[in-house]
Amino acid sequence: MGNLASIIFTAEFGYAILRVTTPILFAAMAALISDRAGVINIGLEGIMLMGALTGVIGSAFSGSLWIGLISAILGGVLMAMLLAYFSLYLKTDIILGGVALNLMSSGGTIFILYLVAHDKGISSSLKSGVFPQVDIPLIKDIPVVGEIFSGHNILTYIAFLSVLVIYIFLYKTPLGLRIRAVGENKDAAASVGINVRRIQFLALVLSGVLAGFGGAYMSMGYVSWFSRNMTAGRGFIALAAEAMGRGTPLGTMLTSLLFGFADALSNSLQSLRVPAEFVQMIPYIATILGLVVYSNQQKPKKVKGEMEESV
Amino acid sequence: MHSESKFEVIRTLVAILIALLLAFIIILFVSQEPITAFLKLITGPFSSLRHFGNIIETAIPLIFTGLSISVMFQANQFNLAAEGAFFIGGVVATIAAIHFNLPPVIHPLVAIVLGAVAGGIVCLISALLKVKWNASELVSSLMLNYIFFLLGIYIINYFLRDPNAGAMVSYQFKDNAMLSRLIPRTRIHTGLFIAALCIVLMYLFLYRTKWGYALRMTGLNQSFAEYSGINTVKVIIYSQLLGGITAGIGGATEILGMYNRFQWQALPQYGFDGVIVAIIARNNPVFIPIAAFFLAYLRIGADIMSRYTDVQNEMVAVIQAVMIMLIAAQGFLAKYRHKMIVKGAKQHGKLS
Repeated sequence: MGNLASIIFTAEFGYAILRVTTPILFAAMAALISDRAGVINIGLEGIMLMGALTGVIGSAFSGSLWIGLISAILGGVLMAMLLAYFSLYLKTDIILGGVALNLMSSGGTIFILYLVAHDKGISSSLKSGVFPQVDIPLIKDIPVVGEIFSGHNILTYIAFLSVLVIYIFLYKTPLGLRIRAVGENKDAAASVGINVRRIQFLALVLSGVLAGFGGAYMSMGYVSWFSRNMTAGRGFIALAAEAMGRGTPLGTMLTSLLFGFADALSNSLQSLRVPAEFVQMIPYIATILGLVVYSNQQKPKKVKGEMEESV
Repeated sequence: MHSESKFEVIRTLVAILIALLLAFIIILFVSQEPITAFLKLITGPFSSLRHFGNIIETAIPLIFTGLSISVMFQANQFNLAAEGAFFIGGVVATIAAIHFNLPPVIHPLVAIVLGAVAGGIVCLISALLKVKWNASELVSSLMLNYIFFLLGIYIINYFLRDPNAGAMVSYQFKDNAMLSRLIPRTRIHTGLFIAALCIVLMYLFLYRTKWGYALRMTGLNQSFAEYSGINTVKVIIYSQLLGGITAGIGGATEILGMYNRFQWQALPQYGFDGVIVAIIARNNPVFIPIAAFFLAYLRIGADIMSRYTDVQNEMVAVIQAVMIMLIAAQGFLAKYRHKMIVKGAKQHGKLS
């Protein structure tokens, strides 16, 4: 156990938590914004994966990092719009639509990858950019704190900044109010003249933007390539983080950090003499435990049948 | 009611047609030889007995996971752990196939029963988490897939791995443990009979028993079911348990029918394919074999296409997604549906 403590209580570990929390946080914010509008976005996993791929392609072909980022966002938005169109206009069950989106993405990204890079596993033949790491002046000189908080990928800072932005957006702007109103009570919102469908469409698109950022970070920050199914369940973990964070930006950030901690732990423990399989289970087990603890706190009188109420 | 079900069939067919049209368009864009590629996709699976055999082989696991997902969806339980249950069913069957010494027929049956138990446990966990702590079965089941995948890989890697084989595979199964082949020159195995049996049993359970009725009522409207005295907590548990068992049988049957060693390195995705099958079949066991056959046909067609032309088989993923979305779309062809119902009502009015 002393071994474990010597891994956790280090500045590198603190740094690693922020690093691995980034994609989960982006996706959790994406989950948050659509959930607050009353639509559950199960397709985040697939949206993020598609963003990761389109980002690498955009960056490799243009030679510009920023075009890479825009491509990742566009990829995410297009996927989100597909889901929004089917679920809001053609009335496809949003859960099934999300499942379909994930299936489409896990195969579709490989299909596109082969077309572009002639490889079905990894995009190493594409030379894409990587987002720079940023040192924060003053903070970087503080011992320990500087090592933890400074020198991160720029997208990591954007991820944490997005928490604040979304907080302001949801609670301090008219549009945010409308989104919350629709999520709170669709019929009441419609009765005061809010176009529910348009608001939900917009929320899904915003959710695609955020998941696109998450994808861009995966393939152009976390690592510098795209590989098949590289999101590895982060989109699903983000859904749990959002549910545990009770749909508030700050709470969701804290729960994302919790899952980031589990993820970082599983990365660091690879060096210990524990079978790798068990170490890799940590984030997923933590998610289930988190879900149970959260749901138990708000246990209703009876078991709810509809997903919408328990996710 | 009759015109409604006729409409569902028409809508499913139109959705499939649109998806195939989309396939053609994609092929047109990416291929140097689009006509050949499309023909391979559509006619390839029927070009030889071996290819036709491939369809049946692929359809067998899809029938199991399709049944598994459909029984859970009928109860309105969005449990996607069929994937993990299928995988762990295969792992447990592997243990039995390597370590037990039993006579033929008995051996695979014991292995499959153990696989079924293991699969049942996987899906049951989500159900229990839901009734005990109100945790969403959707999220927990997705996490369970990763957990049981890693557990399965651990078991294979540390206890059953054959160090003399080059790749990460298990020891060879005992000869008695494997399911026998039915038709020469194909790999169609006796698992087909097990699949057929499961379809019949699932149909009888859902439509001819009290428990099946309670399950369907809970799926249609949980509050109503509760008010009419149905124990919905029980339904939530046994629907998912049954789904897990079916998926576990599927995994065990697949491993013993198609392989002589355990060799999955990743989740085989049959659980998620089960969602596609269940949606095409509208969660009705009777249509599950047709849907599974169709999906298998599409897969084999895509494999043949990618072998002979420059189009990759992953394209199927896009077609499948469009099919799911369109078939599940309440609003798709809604106007046509309305017309049909009005017409039916008018005719009915004239008669009476």
